Amino acid sequence: MPTIQFQLNGAAMTVEADPDQTLLDVLRGRLGVTGPHFGCGAGECGACHVMVDGRAMASCDMPMWSVVDKVVVTVEGLGTAEQPHPLQRAFVSEQAMQCGYCVSGILISAAALLKRNPSPTETEVRAALDRNLCRCGSHNRMVRAVLRAAAETATS
Amino acid sequence: MTMPSPVPKLPVSLAANPKLSSWVRFSCEGGVAISPGKVEIGQGIVTALAQIAADELDVDIGRIELIRASTAASPNEGVTSGSLSVQQSGRALRHVCAEVRQRFLAAASERLGVDAALLDVDDGTISGPGNVRTSYWELAGDVSLDRDATAGAVAKPAATRGVAGHSVQRVDIPDKVFARPRFIHDCALPDLVHGRVLRPNLSGARLIALDETAARAVPGVVAIVRDGGFAGVVADSEAAAEAALKALRKGATWSGGEPLPDEDDLAGFLKSQPVETTVIDTRAAATTKRAARTLRRQYTRPYIAHASIAPSCAMARWDGDRLHVWTHSQGVYLLRADLAIVLKLPAENIVVEHMEGAGCYGHNAADDVALDAVLLAKVAGDRPVRVQWSRHDEMSHAPFGAAMAIEIEAELDADSEIVGWRHAIWSNGHAARPGRAAQPALLAATEIANRYPRMISTNPPAANGGGGDRNSVPLYDLPAWTVMSHRLLTMPVRTSALRTLGGQGNVFAIESLLDEIAALRGEDPITFRLRHLQDERAKDVIRAVARRAQWKPQKRTGIGHGVGFARYKNTGAYCAAIAEIEGTDDIRVRRLTLAVDVGEAINPDGVINQIEGGAIQATSWVLKERVRFDRSRITSTSWTDYPILTFSEVPAVDVEIIQRPEIEPVGAGEAAHGPVTAAIANAVYDCLGVRVRDLPITRDKIIAAMELAS
Repeated sequence: MPTIQFQLNGAAMTVEADPDQTLLDVLRGRLGVTGPHFGCGAGECGACHVMVDGRAMASCDMPMWSVVDKVVVTVEGLGTAEQPHPLQRAFVSEQAMQCGYCVSGILISAAALLKRNPSPTETEVRAALDRNLCRCGSHNRMVRAVLRAAAETATS
Repeated sequence: MTMPSPVPKLPVSLAANPKLSSWVRFSCEGGVAISPGKVEIGQGIVTALAQIAADELDVDIGRIELIRASTAASPNEGVTSGSLSVQQSGRALRHVCAEVRQRFLAAASERLGVDAALLDVDDGTISGPGNVRTSYWELAGDVSLDRDATAGAVAKPAATRGVAGHSVQRVDIPDKVFARPRFIHDCALPDLVHGRVLRPNLSGARLIALDETAARAVPGVVAIVRDGGFAGVVADSEAAAEAALKALRKGATWSGGEPLPDEDDLAGFLKSQPVETTVIDTRAAATTKRAARTLRRQYTRPYIAHASIAPSCAMARWDGDRLHVWTHSQGVYLLRADLAIVLKLPAENIVVEHMEGAGCYGHNAADDVALDAVLLAKVAGDRPVRVQWSRHDEMSHAPFGAAMAIEIEAELDADSEIVGWRHAIWSNGHAARPGRAAQPALLAATEIANRYPRMISTNPPAANGGGGDRNSVPLYDLPAWTVMSHRLLTMPVRTSALRTLGGQGNVFAIESLLDEIAALRGEDPITFRLRHLQDERAKDVIRAVARRAQWKPQKRTGIGHGVGFARYKNTGAYCAAIAEIEGTDDIRVRRLTLAVDVGEAINPDGVINQIEGGAIQATSWVLKERVRFDRSRITSTSWTDYPILTFSEVPAVDVEIIQRPEIEPVGAGEAAHGPVTAAIANAVYDCLGVRVRDLPITRDKIIAAMELAS
C-alpha cells in the first residue's frame, strides 16, 4: 500500500493507506482521531467536517490521494481545555448544543469561516453553516456562539 | 398542581427501586456517585439531576459523578421518554437525597453529641455549635444506605434551593466541545471488531439465498453470519466491513416485498384499514343547544423520520453464555428483556449498559442495532463487535413517527359558538418499543431463522398520556365532545414513538379549527382561546406569549401571525407559541415566540434550550418533512431526499419561562411541537388566506389549498 504524507493538527503524518480509502476512515479507524463523526457518508450532513488547507470539507467522501501534502485540522487541533479556541470557549458559554454529535463538524466550519472572515454578519455565519445539519434545533445558540467568538477575538 | 397528600407516598421511580444505595453513594475521595435510571439523550438530564442532588445534599455540584445507566446496578426506571425524566428521576433523587441527608445528620448528631436540628451541612461537611464537625465521607462507614427509602423525608423548601432553579452549565458540554470521547460511536474497546448487516431495499423483502464467496475474499473479513433472513459481516476494520457488505449485497437474492400505501393519499389508506376503535373521552352537554351547522375538517400528517444525525450504533461481547451490550437505547432494562426473549437466555446473563448517542427524538434504531451487534458477536469469540447502521438503513429501516388522519366535526350555533365537537383519529399505533410484550420488537428478531412476527405498534394507555390520542381531548371548556381513536391493525410502514406521539397532529388539528372558528366569528384568536379556558396556568402562558410578541402586530402584506397552545399530554408542560411568517407560495418562518410553564424549572437555560430545539424541529417537520415511498420501497433514504431545516432557514426563537418553584417540575422536551405546528399553520392563513390542513406545508400544498379555495 502506498505511503501518504500530510499534516494533521500541526504534526507531520505518514500513513500507509489505500489511496481510495476515505480520510474519515483513516482518521477514526487508523489514527484514533474520533472528533470528526460519521453521519451520512455522502458529504451531506457536515458531521465529519475537517479543515483541509483552511477550508471546511467533508472527510467521509474524501479519498486519501486528495489529501497528499495537505494541511488537515480536526476539532482536536483547534484547542484544548487548557488552551481553548475562542469558538470552543464560546460554545460552552452559549451552551450551544443539545446532543452535540454535530458540534465537532460545526466548530470546524465556523473556524474556517473566521479564518477567511474574522467579523462575519449573522447571515454570513448561517450561510457558512448551511452544509452542517443539526437535528436538535440548537442552530441559534451556535450562531450566537460563533458571533461571540468573533467579537471576543476582535477585542482581544 | 399537586396537593399535599394525607399519606405521604414515595415518588413512582423510588417506589419501584426503593434501596437508597441504588441511587446515591459516597466515594472515599470526597465524591458523590448519583445513579439514575434515566439516560442522557442530549436533553441535559444528567445536569438537572446533578443540580437536584447537589441541592438536597448540600454538596458542590462538582463533587457529583453521574453513573451511566446499566442493568448491572442502576435503578430500573423503564424508558427515558415522554418528557418524564425530571418528573420521575428528579423527584426520586430529591427524595433520596433529602432522606440520605437526614440519616447522615442523625449519625452526626450521635457522634458529635449535638442535636441534629443544630447541625448544618456545607459542601458535605457537617458542623454545629462549638466548632464540631464531620462529613458525609467520615460518616459513610456508619450509615448504611442499603435500606429502603421511607415516605417521610422532606425536601428543602423551594426558596432555600441554591442550585436547582438556576442555569448551571451542562456537565457534558466540555467533553463534546473538546472532542473527548463520550459517544458510543467514539468508544474504542480493546480488540474491537466491526460488523455490518445486510438489509433489503424492498420493503418487507426476505433474504432467500446468499452467495458469500466474494464477501469472504475481502481482506480483513473475520466472519460472515447468516441466520435465516439475517445476514451480516464481521471484519477487522470499518472499511473492510463496508467492502464485505457491498460484496455480500451482490450475492443476495431477495423475496418480493410487501406493498406500501400511496404516499399521496395517506388519509385514504389510513381510513381503509382494519382498526381497533377506542372511545377516548366523551363529555355530554349540560344543556342542548341547537347546532345551526357543522364544520367538518380533515387534517393529516405524514410519516416523519427520527433522522438522528448519527446512525445507530451498538457494541456487544459474549463471554460463554453471558453477554455484555453497550447501547444508546432509551431503556436498558427494556432492551435486555427483548434480548433475553430472542436469545432464550435468562435476563441475569445479560448486562446492558448505556452510552450516549446522538439525539434520537424517540424510538429509532438504537435498540435494533443492539441485537444486530449481539447476533454478529456470536462469531467473534470474546471480542466485542461494534455495529453501525448506514444512513440509508437509518432512514428506511428504523421506525417512523406514524402518519395520522384526524377528522373534527364542530357543531356551531347561530353565533358560531361551539356546541358540539367530534374528534376522530386514524393512525398506526405510536409505540412499538422493546421490553413491553411477550414478543420482541427488534428488527432482526423478524429476520432470523427462528423468527417472530413484526410487532404491530400500539398506543400507551391514556394514564400515560395516550399515543395516537395524545392531546386529543380538548383543553378548552367546550360544552360537549366525543373523541375516538382508530388504531390500524396493519402496519406496512413500521412506526413507533417519535417525539409527542400523536400530540403534534392532534394539537395541529384542534388549534387550526379553533382558529378557523374564531375567524368565522370575527373574534381575535387569543381572546377566543382565553374565553374558552378556565385553567389559569393555561391562560398565563397565552397571555405571556401575546405580550411578548406584542399581539396582534399590525397587518402587513406578505407577513402573517398565528397562535397555538397546548398543555403537553394534558398533564405536563403548558406552552403557547406565536409564529411570524412571510410568504407568497413558499413559506419562511421568521420568528417564533413561546411562553412555557414547566412548574419548577430546575435548569431554566436547559428548559429554554429544549423549547428552542423543539420549536425549530417542529418548524422543520411542518415546512419540509415527509417520509417518501413508492409502492415497494422507502425512497427518502438520504438527506437530499429527506431534507431538514438548515441554518439559513431557522427562525429566530424567543422563549419566556413562567417559573413556578413551588410546583413539581415536568419535562420540556415535547411541549413546543404541537403549539408551534399550529401557530405556523394559522400564520399561513393570516398571511395567505388559505387553510393548509395537510402537513408538511409546502409550496405544492399551498397551491393546492388555494385552488380548492377559489
